[in-house]
Amino acid sequence: MTTETNNTIQFTPERLEKATAIIAQYPAGKQKSALLPLLHLLQEQEGWTPAEGMDYVAELLDIEPIEVYEVATFYTMYHVNPVGKHVIEYCRTGPCCLMGGEEVYAHLRQRLGIEAGQTTVDGQFTIKEVECLAACGMGPVFQVREKYYMNLTNERVDEIIDELSK
Amino acid sequence: MATKILTEHIAVPGIETFDVYRKQGGYEAVEKAIKTMTPEALVEEVKKSGVRGRGGAGFPMGMKWSFLAKPEGVPRYLVCNADESEPGTFKDHYLMKNLPHLLIEGMIVSSFALGANKSFIYVRGELMYVIHILEKAIAEAKAAGFLGKNILGSGYDLELIVQPGGGAYICGEETALLESLEGKRGNPRNKPPFPAVKGLYQSPTVVNNVESIATTPWIVNNGGDAYAAIGIGRSTGTKLISASGHINRPGVYEIDLGLPVEDFIYADEWCGGIRPGHKLKAVVAGGSSVPILPANLIMNLTNGDKRLMSYESLSEGGFQTGTMLGSGGFIVFDETACIVRNTWNFARFYHHESCGQCSPCREGTGWMEKVLHRIEYGHGHQQDLDLLIDVAKKIEGNTICPLGDAAAWPVASAIRHFRNEFEWHITNPHEATQPGAVYKGDMALV
Ligand SMILES: Cc1cc2nc3c(=O)[nH]c(=O)nc-3n(C[C@H](O)[C@H](O)[C@H](O)COP(=O)(O)O)c2cc1C
Ligand code: FES
Repeated sequence: MTTETNNTIQFTPERLEKATAIIAQYPAGKQKSALLPLLHLLQEQEGWTPAEGMDYVAELLDIEPIEVYEVATFYTMYHVNPVGKHVIEYCRTGPCCLMGGEEVYAHLRQRLGIEAGQTTVDGQFTIKEVECLAACGMGPVFQVREKYYMNLTNERVDEIIDELSK
Repeated sequence: MATKILTEHIAVPGIETFDVYRKQGGYEAVEKAIKTMTPEALVEEVKKSGVRGRGGAGFPMGMKWSFLAKPEGVPRYLVCNADESEPGTFKDHYLMKNLPHLLIEGMIVSSFALGANKSFIYVRGELMYVIHILEKAIAEAKAAGFLGKNILGSGYDLELIVQPGGGAYICGEETALLESLEGKRGNPRNKPPFPAVKGLYQSPTVVNNVESIATTPWIVNNGGDAYAAIGIGRSTGTKLISASGHINRPGVYEIDLGLPVEDFIYADEWCGGIRPGHKLKAVVAGGSSVPILPANLIMNLTNGDKRLMSYESLSEGGFQTGTMLGSGGFIVFDETACIVRNTWNFARFYHHESCGQCSPCREGTGWMEKVLHRIEYGHGHQQDLDLLIDVAKKIEGNTICPLGDAAAWPVASAIRHFRNEFEWHITNPHEATQPGAVYKGDMALV
């Protein structure tokens, strides 16, 4: 593994340490297994997965950049395009809809003035539609980074947006 | 009636920490297994228990374990499937978040039984906060000597690795999961070879669901026969059911297999009945992939007997009048729910999640979504229902993995049991597309 690189994007020292520990978990020669975890680290740091960052990950894992791109575009959690500061990942699947998910979703879009895939002009919020988040009994549900917001109502959505806007 | 094999201690404050879990008898199964049992004896106990895979397919766990190839000098792997992405299912999330040490204890016992020295827990990436909980618990177990090198002085080594997914339902399919764990796109593999022969890194591998693995400490402590004494017939033991939809008490419940469906829906101990002022219309009993059943068929068999929460009873009648236990994702619909809209929603899900390798699934799920969309939005044609059934039939059985079947069944069953409702949408498009409009024709509500 090389730590010297010409990439404009690199992990912070703490993240590089974490990445190194992750890579060391797998059997010799199987370092590519670290790809998904490293892409999560990259997104945690940059907010999304820019191409320079993916090239850097490819270097760390000693694989071709295309091997990183094809994975990043397959999995829906990786934002391969720039996003707002807070990405609201809204569950649109059946069980949440039964609990009023579609009505609350309409309210969220109206409140932010954007549709799925768009970012507010101030760069604060992006809405992304996602599938079942394994919290169907507490629906409607959305997620912002690692946090789950559950049992959503229009009022609760307003509170959350206010909190995040601070 | 309700035995608590998995959730007995779930409400104990601090149970997510090693010390509290240990005080409740935690890790005694590891001591018993490693100090007093051989791997072969462990496999035998799990076989005797009759426990069946809780990820959806219900394959007997002991039998799966006994198929694991054991070539000399080749490592073997245990991979826990914690991808939990089947709509309506949230039990593994609940179990791991509240009882991380139960899964870890199960992973140690199971890894020892299979002769694995490196085992993986593949958790859907959205549950990153649960991954942190598991990592903390693993560090505690390691510090106490239950993981790492020379566990309890036995000479047995085990390392546990928690791996995040990246957001893809297909990675719940075991071979797609293995591809993903190798850092690739989640494209399912052709079988054979089965993972038991060539799995992770082309080595023999067992993949089991979180809940399946979590049963093993109890089986070690109490014996396979004691486990088999709970439940009914070939549906032994308890099952976690994720209950959602129009019920008074949504949540995760541990039930003895064999409980009447009616009790599960109406008793206060479980779902607590349909929300006030409403009636039961339909149930999807085992996660979005299994056939939907109308109220009368989910409660009773065609001979009038009560339907039970068991693998056999739920599938009684085949797909004509039955369904499947699946992952235990129990989704309840009252009379306000539109079956057409829900079927379109599920079809859209499968289209979105198809990995795209097999054309019947990639194209067929897209067509089903489109046709259902036009019916729901008032542009359906009379021939559309036959077209949907035809497409569903052409997907079913013609794909590498069962995602195609999982996409076809909900559509075919919804049309089978709710044909009038679909036809109403087609013949009354104006009425059916009014905000909040639902079909109110002949239906047996309960
Ligand atoms: C499309 C698809 C999605 C699946 N998703 C899951 C899942 O999220 N969790 C799971 O345990 N099994 C899932 N399975 C079943 C697995 O392929 C496999 O049978 C299971 O993990 C084996 O464990 P078990 O025998 O303990 O149930 C899925 C299967 C398919 C076809
Ligand atoms: S349907 Fe929204 S969390 Fe499952």
